[in-house]
Amino acid sequence: MTQETSSNTKAPTGFSLTLYRWRKSFGTSTPYLMAFGIFLWLTSYWLLTEGIGLPRFNKLPGPVEVVTEWLSTDPLWGISLFSETYHEHIYVSFRRIIIAFAIATGVGVPLGLFMGWSKIFRDYSFPILETLRPIPILAWVPLAILMFSGFETPVIFLATLASLFVTTLNTMLGVDSIDEEYFRAAKCLGSKPRDVFIHVVIPGALPFIFTGLQISIGVAWFSLVAAEMVSGDYGLGYMIIDSYMNVTYVSMVIGMLTLGFAGWFTAALVRIAGNRAMEWRVRALALEGR
Amino acid sequence: MTQDTNAKGAISIRNVTKIYDPDGVNVMAVDDCSLEIAAGEVCMVVGPSGCGKTTLLNAIAGFHSITSGEILLDGDVLCGPDKPKADQGADRMVVFQHGALFPWKTLAENVAYGPIVQEVMSKSEAMDKAHHMLAEAGIADMGNKYPGEVSSGMARRAEIVRALINDPKVLLLDEPYRAMDALTKSIMHESLLEVYDRTKVTIFFITHDLEEAIFLGDRVVVMTTRPAKMKKYLEVDIPRPRDFRTLSSNRFRSLVEETKDAVHEEAVKAFEAGEREMA
Repeated sequence: MTQETSSNTKAPTGFSLTLYRWRKSFGTSTPYLMAFGIFLWLTSYWLLTEGIGLPRFNKLPGPVEVVTEWLSTDPLWGISLFSETYHEHIYVSFRRIIIAFAIATGVGVPLGLFMGWSKIFRDYSFPILETLRPIPILAWVPLAILMFSGFETPVIFLATLASLFVTTLNTMLGVDSIDEEYFRAAKCLGSKPRDVFIHVVIPGALPFIFTGLQISIGVAWFSLVAAEMVSGDYGLGYMIIDSYMNVTYVSMVIGMLTLGFAGWFTAALVRIAGNRAMEWRVRALALEGR
Repeated sequence: MTQDTNAKGAISIRNVTKIYDPDGVNVMAVDDCSLEIAAGEVCMVVGPSGCGKTTLLNAIAGFHSITSGEILLDGDVLCGPDKPKADQGADRMVVFQHGALFPWKTLAENVAYGPIVQEVMSKSEAMDKAHHMLAEAGIADMGNKYPGEVSSGMARRAEIVRALINDPKVLLLDEPYRAMDALTKSIMHESLLEVYDRTKVTIFFITHDLEEAIFLGDRVVVMTTRPAKMKKYLEVDIPRPRDFRTLSSNRFRSLVEETKDAVHEEAVKAFEAGEREMA
């Protein structure tokens, strides 16, 4: 193609842009290195457990055994892609994560924005936040069980709490990171405080907010699983600890891998939402070749 | 000097002193500074780094308070003994050193922002006007791009349009072309001159660049190193409209020579003092 035609055609957008980038990536080393990396990991795992079978590793389920069980319609230990209990565990964990993440984001983002925006509000609330934040989430487990009845609420409470702190702090730092000149420019142009909040504070903090949300969804999974292991009736954390107790190690590894995929999936959703909300940033970064 | 009868935007800076107190030690940034800027004048302020030029601009814009003295705009007190800090307002528009277009708004949205939040135009009126003014400034195609997507020269031009749409009395520019290469700079200069010839807005322009100062200004004020005082005034009697050919005229060269010594002397003093720049 000559340059003339390429400048006349419209730049691809949406799905065709994704397709274009995807096709283009096959011209780089990235996909091949990724495939090779996955292959290396799986081979080492297989050699350790099933291939050579080093002492202590030979009792662990190997990749072939796990995948066979995972895909089996009639699983030996009761957990596979086709068993209803497995679906139930996934469903319960996802429901809890969605509720916890929604509450943490709904409370944490406004809280962080106000803490960053208003010096007075920060002076009131920051010491308490900074004292509660370092308490490890497992230390909250007994209190959560005392405070809330049943299985569901304490688990959701713990997951919410962990991700709330991350979201709040990152949002606050996001407001701090906004260059003073944007505030000056906004005032100069005749903004009222409400306009500054909507047009400067919120968009300016967005990059930090979404970084925070990526970490926060990870922390939510982490504390959810911890909570489910301690007190739970269902969920992936419970499934893992239950399989361990019942010496069904294959199901245990399936649970772990499921968590890996679930965490990856949810983090990707947050990233996509972030790119949607910050088109200005995506476009500027794209020009820098990122 | 250009003097319209109905021009607005005369600034009087009278005996202004500013003392900073960052860590228990008083630092005098501006010492008893007086300056009269006529309505519609282009006043260029030159001085060494950290000499207090920006402090003066911040006081006019209302970003910082002053310690004593007073500043008036068209006879109304902006800040004075009873009111150390001026209110920020759309009558004095600042164009910042590093550029302060909102990166999350397109150029047109940036330009339309002022009239929208001041509620003087509806959103669609403001956007129409913004696109129109961007076209006037020669960047019609850039309206829907984000600041991160355009060159620094384009962004700076859009920032000046963002200021002008509010019809300000005074344009305050703080080394707006500092980080630009010489070629872009000369294009920016011509476009600013063109804007000035069209609007006759009062311009208070801070720079380090003596040639820039003489090329653009009606008057060049040389300030001393900190604490800032007025060292020298220079009337630039080169007729307008000016263009790049002015730069090679004899009158221009001799004015530069005339001012160079004064500026150099202060620059040496500032360098030897070696103090960190203050905002």
